[in-house]
Amino acid sequence: MAAPLTLLLIVAVTIRAALYRSSLAELIAERVEVVSPITAWKRVIEGLALLDLGVSPYSGDVFHETPLIIYLFHFLVDYAEITFMLADVITAVALYMAVKHYNKQVFRKQKFALEANRYPADCLELIRSPTEMFYIPLKVAMFYLLNPFTILSCVAKSTCGLNNAVLSLFLLSTIKGNMLLSAIFLCLATYQSIYPLTLCAPAMLYLMQHQYVPVNPRRASFWWLVVQYLFMYLGSLFVIVCLSFFLLGSWDYLPSVYGFILSVPDLTPNIGLFWYFFAEMFEHFRLFFLCVFQINVFFYTIPLCIKLKDHPVFLMFMQLAVISIFKSYPTVGDTALYLAFLPAWSHLHRFLRNIFLVSCVLLACSALFPVLWHLWIYAGSANSNFYYAITLLFNVAQILLVSDYFYAFVRREHHLTYGLYLKKKDGSEATLVLK
Amino acid sequence: MAAYRCSLCARLLLLLILLLYALVHSEEIKQGNIHHVRGVNKPQTPAETVERPLEERQCEATEVNEAVSSDAAAHLQDYPGPDSVLTSTPQLKDDFREELVIRPLHSGDIYASFQFRTVWETDFTRGSKVSHYRLFPKSLGQVISKFSVRELHISFTQGYWRTMQWGQPYLPSPPGAELWVWFQDTVTDVDATWKELTNVLSGIFCASLNFIDSTNTVQPSASFKPLGTANGTDHRFLRYATLPREIVCTENLTPWKKLLPCGSKAGLAVLLKSEKLFHSSFHSQAVHIRPVCQDWHCKTTSLELRQTLNVVFDLHTSGQGKREWSLFKMFSRTLTESCPLASSSKIYIDTTDNPQEEQFELSPATPLLSQAVVLGDRRTFSVYDLTQQVTFGTVRSLNVLIRWKSTEGDMLRPLLHAERYVAGYGLQTGEIHTLIYNNHPFRSFPVLLLDSVPWYLRLYVHTLTVTSKGKDNKPSYIHYQPSKDRIRPHLLEMLLQLPPHSVTEVTVQFERALLKWTEYTPDPNHGFYVGSSVISALVPSTVAMSTNITQEQPLFSTFFPCKEESNYFMRVYTEPLLVNLPTPDFSMPYNVICLTCTVVAVGYGSLYNLLTRSFQIEEPNPGLAKRIANVIRKMRGVPPL
Repeated sequence: MAAPLTLLLIVAVTIRAALYRSSLAELIAERVEVVSPITAWKRVIEGLALLDLGVSPYSGDVFHETPLIIYLFHFLVDYAEITFMLADVITAVALYMAVKHYNKQVFRKQKFALEANRYPADCLELIRSPTEMFYIPLKVAMFYLLNPFTILSCVAKSTCGLNNAVLSLFLLSTIKGNMLLSAIFLCLATYQSIYPLTLCAPAMLYLMQHQYVPVNPRRASFWWLVVQYLFMYLGSLFVIVCLSFFLLGSWDYLPSVYGFILSVPDLTPNIGLFWYFFAEMFEHFRLFFLCVFQINVFFYTIPLCIKLKDHPVFLMFMQLAVISIFKSYPTVGDTALYLAFLPAWSHLHRFLRNIFLVSCVLLACSALFPVLWHLWIYAGSANSNFYYAITLLFNVAQILLVSDYFYAFVRREHHLTYGLYLKKKDGSEATLVLK
Repeated sequence: MAAYRCSLCARLLLLLILLLYALVHSEEIKQGNIHHVRGVNKPQTPAETVERPLEERQCEATEVNEAVSSDAAAHLQDYPGPDSVLTSTPQLKDDFREELVIRPLHSGDIYASFQFRTVWETDFTRGSKVSHYRLFPKSLGQVISKFSVRELHISFTQGYWRTMQWGQPYLPSPPGAELWVWFQDTVTDVDATWKELTNVLSGIFCASLNFIDSTNTVQPSASFKPLGTANGTDHRFLRYATLPREIVCTENLTPWKKLLPCGSKAGLAVLLKSEKLFHSSFHSQAVHIRPVCQDWHCKTTSLELRQTLNVVFDLHTSGQGKREWSLFKMFSRTLTESCPLASSSKIYIDTTDNPQEEQFELSPATPLLSQAVVLGDRRTFSVYDLTQQVTFGTVRSLNVLIRWKSTEGDMLRPLLHAERYVAGYGLQTGEIHTLIYNNHPFRSFPVLLLDSVPWYLRLYVHTLTVTSKGKDNKPSYIHYQPSKDRIRPHLLEMLLQLPPHSVTEVTVQFERALLKWTEYTPDPNHGFYVGSSVISALVPSTVAMSTNITQEQPLFSTFFPCKEESNYFMRVYTEPLLVNLPTPDFSMPYNVICLTCTVVAVGYGSLYNLLTRSFQIEEPNPGLAKRIANVIRKMRGVPPL
């Protein structure tokens, strides 16, 4: 298995290195779909330039990355390309290992269930075989590394790649059951962009499952684990926030990074829903809708946790997808991370309802983004509504994709309990509906 | 009874006497009052003095110098003679001078520059209340004392000064409105004071200065130093703002003219007729207030108010293509008198290029000549002194006429010159190019460049490049203040050394922001203005530049270049920029809100559906007829179908 992975890594790095050398790199770095005001490399460079001029990078409204990033690149600015390629490689390898480990567990659980005869007799079709599961980790790594979204993101040197690396390391350490590392990486991800805060819950659920702690609020062991995890998480968050304070000697970065994420003052177009909505918003409703849209990202955590409490990894996938759709400054790099998980759910394909339509829409939108951008900004023959329409369509497609996978997952679980070929009372073939 | 009556009578009499006494007394008081009131009222009518016949004015104007207290002016009214200045107490000395400089330009256009200067020996800085105004306009005096202003410079300009065609102006100003103020260091909340001050000035000058807020105000660290006497140059007390979009017209001229002691009734100000002034290529009016020294020791300061008005008349639109200019042709007025309150009133015509009258002829001829070093160049002027009766001749009217004889002759290129433009295409990014020309053949000199760019053009200072003669020219000083969205603009100041005979190009990239739909101007596709860059420089003077200065002067005096004249301060403004920003569709806020909310609702709905419902086997739905039948059967108590 190591050989194909190595080959894949070599291919991926070669593609990126070639693109860095080409004239496309500059063009890609300007694309609003690939870089957001937070993650743009141009702004990181600007922050470094401001630091060199003796001006606090947070005194202006151009630089919005965290202090750790600016200090990282203070030393690594000459090796930026290698850093971003390395980040992608780390993400891919971490995803590979995480999915491999997860698949092992899934297989073991399935084996126990089969031995205990817990599955209905007609569900054998749904049982996953080791041969089909064998290539899944490689496919996941490939889906991440060779996804055009990831490549664009890496060539544009969007710091989103670093966030993805941290998130995948969090996933790996969680799946391996390492509570401390999981908390530390989650805290790093939260520090970078608030939203991964919601991944706290799936991580705890997974660790409970891993340590055979029942998910029951009436049990002391449940609370003990929650307290332990939260203590590690909040402790490392505290350390990292204070470290940032000591690096810069001021708290300026808090409003400039997190205030910027939450209050959305920069309306530069991107693939998300926020920019045009708040550009066209009536001033006295702005705060209200801002709260609604931001709460929307965090809103699904608890219901999803309740529904998917036995499947924390799928819950993480759902959370990542929800974050990347509804966050305030999304880029295609965020989308690429959750799209990488799709091969891990390849066994759900028979229950997907509109995967063809959705993938067509996603592909068409990806092609239309630059076209309509050109028509609006350069040719002047279209206006902002054209680009906005495409962002709407892109987001609808993403929502349908995610809810389709959710539907398929829930339905498969239903079938695993009640049998695949359900019959009505009168013996005729039944159809399943959501009620 | 009789006794009672008697006592009553006596009492009445006593009362009557008392009443009478009181009446008489009050009349005395009234008379005293009237006397007093007259003393106060008289000095408030300077207009009366203006309307007096010519003969008296001459002596009056000279007396104004000596007899400056307002009481004295009142007395002057009654007894016009120097002996009557008895009660004058020299507490408030003020002095008014007016002059007009006319420079014929090589392009055939003509440049007229008015200056009205009022110097008032008073001190606002001590916090003392000054309530007695004579020549100094009260409206401005009150503003200065209320807002603790140390220096105030305000200019309104219509049109752009073409340095390459017209040479340097006497007082440069950027297109639109410019305001810069030094506050006294006693001011605690400078921003609030500045905000109030701009609103008050907006009212005084009928201009949109109230649009000056934190998004277009900067605090330059080096480019704007106090022009008057000042100890501290802490730039926390400085505020600078421009409104490049401000359109200057009659409504700004009228309040400006009202600040003059003679208004527009007498003196040079009669020439300021708006229908002519605004039919010109360039029009600029300004007010400069600063503290100046009273004497050589500079122990006390006085307040100087300088009102300037510069105008360039075009050869073709105003002059009908004929190279012939007169006061009447320019202003549709001639001069018949000087302002009686002015201690000096003069017209200067720049005749440097015309020593033997080979270029143009001047009529009426004047014997008075004056030399001055202006903008580093030694210039010769023909002078008309309006306080001398002989100037007006027999027709009692002065109409200076300049008639060209030849059209050749070329102008010395201005030593410092700058231009600016936006490069790039599309509405995403762009690049500001500033070109600074040093036309001096062998001297290099430093310049300070100040750029104030609104926040919605996000400058990337790491893309800043400065090149001269194809080589990188690193600025020796950079002061950069990044912008804050919707709060403050970018401020970029740098000190550059311009190599001799070179073009220095400063470029910086920017990104155009998408604004909220309510933040756009009513004509968003017209574009957004970016104020002029300001280039301040100490330029080597042309006097020092000329290589054969030995012609007229003794040899011993000319080996080392003369120190006093070797450098002069100059400020150059570049063109303002007009930049387009991407715009949203202004017609569909409702649609956008509805559509985006729909997408969010689709997300919410589909997840909600999956979260709250569970899978069940579908029971076939009975038809409507069957359901109705079942309801009826239920009511009848019959088992359903």
